[in-house]
Amino acid sequence: MKQTIIAASLVLATVAGSALAADQFIPIPSYRVGPYASGGAKFYGGMIDYLNYVNLKEGGVGGVKLTYEECETEYKNDRGVECYERLKAKNGGASAFNFMSTGITYAVMDRADKDKIPLMTMGFGRADAQDGRAFKYTFPLITSYWSQATAKIQFIGQRLGGMDKLRGKKIVNLYHGSAYGKETIPVLDAMAKKHGFELKHIEVPAPGTEQQSQWLDIRRERPDFVVLRSWGVMTPAALKSAQKVGYPREQIVSNWWGGSEEDAIAAGEAAKGYIAGSFALDGKQFPVIQDIEKVVYGAGKGNLSDKGYMGTVNYNRGVVSGILMVEAIRAAQKKYGAKTLSGDQIRWGMENINIDAKRQQALGVTDMFPQVRTSCQNHEGSGYTRFMQWDGKDWKPVSGWIKADTSVTLPLIKASVEKYVQEKGITLRDCNAEK
Amino acid sequence: MFYRESGQFKSSYAADSAIFTIAQDRVFIAALLALSFVAVPGLASDYLLSGILIPFLILSLAALGLNILTGYAGQLSLGSAAFMAVGAFATYNFMIRIPGMPLLLALFLGGLCAALVGVAFGLPSLRIKGFYLAVATLAAQFFIEWVFTKFSWFSNDSSSGVISAPAMQIFGYPIDTPASKYLLTLAIVAFMALAAKNMARASIGRAWMAVRDMDVAAEVIGIRMLRTKLLAFAISSFYCGVAGALYAFVLLGTVDAQAFDLHRSFQILFMIIIGGVGSILGSFLGAAFIVLLPICLNLLGQVFHGAISTQFLANLEMMLFGGLIIFFLIVEPHGLARLWQIAKEKLRVWPFPH
Repeated sequence: MKQTIIAASLVLATVAGSALAADQFIPIPSYRVGPYASGGAKFYGGMIDYLNYVNLKEGGVGGVKLTYEECETEYKNDRGVECYERLKAKNGGASAFNFMSTGITYAVMDRADKDKIPLMTMGFGRADAQDGRAFKYTFPLITSYWSQATAKIQFIGQRLGGMDKLRGKKIVNLYHGSAYGKETIPVLDAMAKKHGFELKHIEVPAPGTEQQSQWLDIRRERPDFVVLRSWGVMTPAALKSAQKVGYPREQIVSNWWGGSEEDAIAAGEAAKGYIAGSFALDGKQFPVIQDIEKVVYGAGKGNLSDKGYMGTVNYNRGVVSGILMVEAIRAAQKKYGAKTLSGDQIRWGMENINIDAKRQQALGVTDMFPQVRTSCQNHEGSGYTRFMQWDGKDWKPVSGWIKADTSVTLPLIKASVEKYVQEKGITLRDCNAEK
Repeated sequence: MFYRESGQFKSSYAADSAIFTIAQDRVFIAALLALSFVAVPGLASDYLLSGILIPFLILSLAALGLNILTGYAGQLSLGSAAFMAVGAFATYNFMIRIPGMPLLLALFLGGLCAALVGVAFGLPSLRIKGFYLAVATLAAQFFIEWVFTKFSWFSNDSSSGVISAPAMQIFGYPIDTPASKYLLTLAIVAFMALAAKNMARASIGRAWMAVRDMDVAAEVIGIRMLRTKLLAFAISSFYCGVAGALYAFVLLGTVDAQAFDLHRSFQILFMIIIGGVGSILGSFLGAAFIVLLPICLNLLGQVFHGAISTQFLANLEMMLFGGLIIFFLIVEPHGLARLWQIAKEKLRVWPFPH
């Protein structure tokens, strides 16, 4: 009896406690089942672990506890919209959504604009959302697909021994036959024109399991490099086909969707030497990952079903996503005070993220991802990509952080924004007036 | 007891051929319509409207379209999602390329385009039947998805191939709140469901059913095969096309060929199999089962938030969903609509069944 009373009063005390303290709600639209579950479970596991880490270590951000709720999207657009609607107004309002799905992000973009809730589209896009004047609530943080495509070509230039060496070379763009796959074609075309290399686009019909004829084509063309714009099952299939026709994997460069352990391990021996871009490095050597292991998993509150997945590419991407979210909340708290903030206030924070070398040191993430500094005008905040090579067991960095070629991307973004503004009938924000 | 029709006499031909011959049914339907048109938009939350009811209604319409073709006319099709895509892309192009295009007209024209494409892909049905026809319609699924990805003209040369819907309005009234979107969808779905019900009861529906049950016999009694089959394809595709346009414009706000892939076709096929093949009500029940059940399971799972690993929970939901599908198919292979019919018959004599 006595025990029951104590237990009951404890429950009451915690309920009262949580009701009194301010909370900041972060929606987690995860995908733990479906075709992309293996990546989704790790990504959102990393993100949740970081939020719990901040709660356990610092008691939240500025004393405001971070709360979260998951909703299963299965990587489907309609389920994603349902999750958005379910979570957007819960627990004092959603801070920001990170769907890790282009389709869902596009589907909720208009809604988020109206509800004034920011969308993080870390690593993907749409690329022109970098222009915060037209896309007030969309944040392609760190790098967009377009920025990454220009970094890829620069990396190839580095490998050849200088950008001038690209002249007269031949590069094949092997792309997934979908909207996603075709997205980088204009950027690569512009790069080809600028650097004078020959570019050939070859399409692989979705989902990309059948690539025999494409690789025979590549063998005939004998390109100096193959730029892979792959997704899911297309990556291992490409690597295996490359092995079959004897194309060296050291000359295949993919974007970050082809750069996780799942992609490489599935191709087995054929993946050795293959190179992929990345915006968040893998590995457990970063202090933040080690600290999460100590604090969160030490307290038995880890989200991963298998602790062994810590330090995988997708897990670290999730942690980076958590860091950027928390840094945005920190920035917003500096302006609006330490209390529950609205989505629009978090949007201001997200436009004022400043993770410089010193801050990276303090967070324990030096070299894990590039420095990020966003503004009202620039929602990307970085544009750097690093390239890694698969050695058969792990990803090993083979370049420094390579900056996007803005002389190529900016005019394309400008044209795309102009079209968007005209189609939608909106006016651009004046960033100078909003200080 | 609840469904006793004693004392309800049909004294005219009109009364005899009414859609709902029993007064209880009429009251029920009137109450349901009043509830969904008046009470729901006023009382329901934004989440209920745009997260649950709108997708349910739109996919019901698509299931209704497939039910006309497969359930009534007996032509198996795996191309429903492709016809939805045609409707969505056609409506989009009418909207952006013709200034001042009214939304409803664009939806109608989008549906017509889908109907034309449906007729073209329905032509093989004159020669092949059953599973072979399903494979022929599968060609539509792959071909149409490829066309919309390959030719960027359809997506107005957008660099990402994903296009967003322009602002919508009807007679100057903007369709931008969840309630207005819901009412638009509901009005269209209700109207088209009524039309489908009447088609099924009219000569055209009887012709479809004759073809479904035995096409040689149907031809012998003078039903023109070409016209009947192609009309089924046209009308079914029209329904799917309008559903696709609503899905793109009202639900998602973007048009993307990948949203209408083979999985969507299968999803719609499962809806009519579980709901009831050859039943208007079955289309709605099936859509409710396929669309709403996973969401309910997910919401239910949140109760255990923190107690059980979310990873396990997410997979458990899928297992439960699969288990329920098998359960309902074993209990009633003719679908949920048949279950409802049995329930009605039982209620008629309840509480004294003998």
